Amino acid sequence: MTTLFPAPAPVPSRAAGPTPSQTVGPFFGYALPYPGGPDLVGEGHPGAITITGRVLDGAGEPVPDALLELWLGETGTGGALDRTGEGVSGFGRCPTEPDGSYRFRTARPAGPYFALLVFARGLLRSVATRIYLEDGPDPLLDALDPARRATLIAEPDGEGYRFDIRLQGEKETVFLEF
Amino acid sequence: MTHPPYLSPDYRSSILRAPSRPPVALTADPDAVELTSPVFGHGELGGLDADLTRHHVGEPIGERIIVTGRILDSAGRPVPGTLLEIWQANAAGRYAHQRDQHPAPLDPNFTGAGRCLTDDQGRYRFVSIKPGAYPWRNHHNAWRPAHIHFSVFGTAFTQRLVTQMYFPGDPLFPYDPIFQSIPDPAARERLIARFDLETTEPEWALGYRFDVVLGHTPTEES
Ligand SMILES: [Fe+3]
Repeated sequence: MTTLFPAPAPVPSRAAGPTPSQTVGPFFGYALPYPGGPDLVGEGHPGAITITGRVLDGAGEPVPDALLELWLGETGTGGALDRTGEGVSGFGRCPTEPDGSYRFRTARPAGPYFALLVFARGLLRSVATRIYLEDGPDPLLDALDPARRATLIAEPDGEGYRFDIRLQGEKETVFLEF
Repeated sequence: MTHPPYLSPDYRSSILRAPSRPPVALTADPDAVELTSPVFGHGELGGLDADLTRHHVGEPIGERIIVTGRILDSAGRPVPGTLLEIWQANAAGRYAHQRDQHPAPLDPNFTGAGRCLTDDQGRYRFVSIKPGAYPWRNHHNAWRPAHIHFSVFGTAFTQRLVTQMYFPGDPLFPYDPIFQSIPDPAARERLIARFDLETTEPEWALGYRFDVVLGHTPTEES
């Protein structure tokens, strides 16, 4: 890596602490999504699975302006932003449709879960969760009561899995803090 | 507290979207997937991605600006090679987004989306035009202060940050429930870029400095 930018004068940072989060707002749709973003692997990739679902608000209404980021833990060979070539990416990004739905095509993660971030208008900070493909012994899952635990387990659905994200309410998805 | 609470009723959209339960604290797991982050390559970005004034045939209308700064971790160390994405309204306060219905002109020479990787010192630099304030329907006579949306990755998924950069002295700060959702006034100030004469280029563009400090990851000393 090279030094690309002329050095600004070494003024001390005013930032005496972490930079606060702000909402992604309603108008990211022309800026953050990119071609192939939801497809971490090509269509014919052996073992490809789909993860589909919806993002719902506290009234059970679809969230049509959310952005999901899926992370498998390894960057992979296919490029994350430039998905025009061959290869597998470990990172995917998918905006929700007007009905709140999303769809990723991906390889299976090395471990039992995917990491997932959700951004949306109305979320002043992203929410972090996990998609577990199967229930099983796990330090996080084992610390949750059964109803809460179930919100992190994807349901088998055809050639893939289904995973809804409920931002608020009775069946609210478990969100994580690190 | 640095970040806004999820529920900030003055920001109406948060009312039905804020989680009602506190997040579950994940105890230190050195193998957690969230402690890693995707690596982005220069080959994945276009050469002009960081100059938002050169994405069309002509030049956009507006006050040309340079926005530069550093991405730092919680210990103040630069974060090299990380991806920044920005998006913003044009000089009239209108986004190049289908759903933006603000009756202000679109600029055929301005889309308002850019990307950049930080250099080996954690520095980034964008050239753009100063965005305009714009109205929204949160409450009667609601206007957003001029801002640039920032998306930053960092070295761990736990550091992933989306925020907004504001401009110094904006008269709309006291009236903006999104800016005001940050409880600590000192933390709010950290979202305001500084005008910087050193960054300003004579006969060309005004310069602003904006550093981003990412949150700590569970494997670091906090
Ligand atoms: Fe905005």
